[in-house]
Amino acid sequence: MADPMRIRAQAAGDKATVRVLMSHEMESGQRKDSAGKVVPAWFIQEVSASLNGKVVLTAEWGPAVSKNPFMQFVVKGAKAGDKIAVTWKDNKGDSRTDEATVS
Amino acid sequence: MKRWTLALAATLISGAALAQKSASDGIAEYRAMLADGNPAELFEAKGEDLWKQKRGPKNASLEQCDLGKGPGVVKGAFVELPRHFADTNKVQDLESRLVTCMETLQGFNGAEIAKTAYGRGEQNNVTALATWIAAESRGMKFNLPNSHQQEKVMYEVGKRLFFMRSGTHDFSCASCHGEDGKRIRLQDLPNLTKNPGDGIGFAAWPAYRVSNGQMWSMQLRLNDCYRQQRFPFPLFGSDATIALGAYMGVNAKGAENIAPAIKR
Repeated sequence: MADPMRIRAQAAGDKATVRVLMSHEMESGQRKDSAGKVVPAWFIQEVSASLNGKVVLTAEWGPAVSKNPFMQFVVKGAKAGDKIAVTWKDNKGDSRTDEATVS
Repeated sequence: MKRWTLALAATLISGAALAQKSASDGIAEYRAMLADGNPAELFEAKGEDLWKQKRGPKNASLEQCDLGKGPGVVKGAFVELPRHFADTNKVQDLESRLVTCMETLQGFNGAEIAKTAYGRGEQNNVTALATWIAAESRGMKFNLPNSHQQEKVMYEVGKRLFFMRSGTHDFSCASCHGEDGKRIRLQDLPNLTKNPGDGIGFAAWPAYRVSNGQMWSMQLRLNDCYRQQRFPFPLFGSDATIALGAYMGVNAKGAENIAPAIKR
């Protein structure tokens, strides 16, 4: 089971800024281990975010995204108390969803 | 004519001074941008979890661990370490103390943990715990007791080690960290023979290193200093590293703790 994400969402006016920090190795598949064998690629492929259950963002990621990625986006119409949920799915099929309340 | 040239020269100089942004300003800006999503937070969360979780052969949490301010007191513990502990009759730093607690409270094999490579297995958990405990003292000022006889000895030993030149390159810690205004490539090197200021040197580790995506504890940081000096690696929790910690910690008295920080 993957480690939890850190999600912060702060409303300002009619928008909310969401900052997400994900815990993931994001192995590119280009590196070799000490024995000279290629370390298999292991990275987040799909990211989606929803506001009160309605999808507001989807993204396709690749191996070029850094380890422990940080993502920031702005949601229009989000108010304090709304729920923001973020989900990622990696190329091994593992996934994780975390939720935060807009403050 | 002469006056005109002088005036022109003056304009040119002030223009150049305005446009100049030092490399360290650039790095500071880069760090500030990264700090808003410091992955050390992930380790903090993990560390807090590990502190409260019942684990190990004795199936116990670390909540009764004495970090120097009494069993279970975490806030403010980081800025008073390394210090002398009566139960082990040793001066211990945060990480070696955590291993003692994992041994006595949870029943882990401390020697086994000390032998584990950094970033693996239980050693990874020690780093996460240290990250959280450091974060609990964020913004507090360093104030090591340095009153017990053994603490004073450790400080003196640390000072000697800091200035001891050896190895193939005849290096000491002081070769790089012994005077003001030094740098290696674009990195400013703090002068650790005195208080280097808030959040610098001892007051910044554990820290997340962006370049390799790893969380580095103070023990590992010192280990890396020795690697760069071409010394043999000191053992985890060795007296040498704790003495150096005592030396830097006492020197940093009054400096504000920003750990867990973010590094290039």
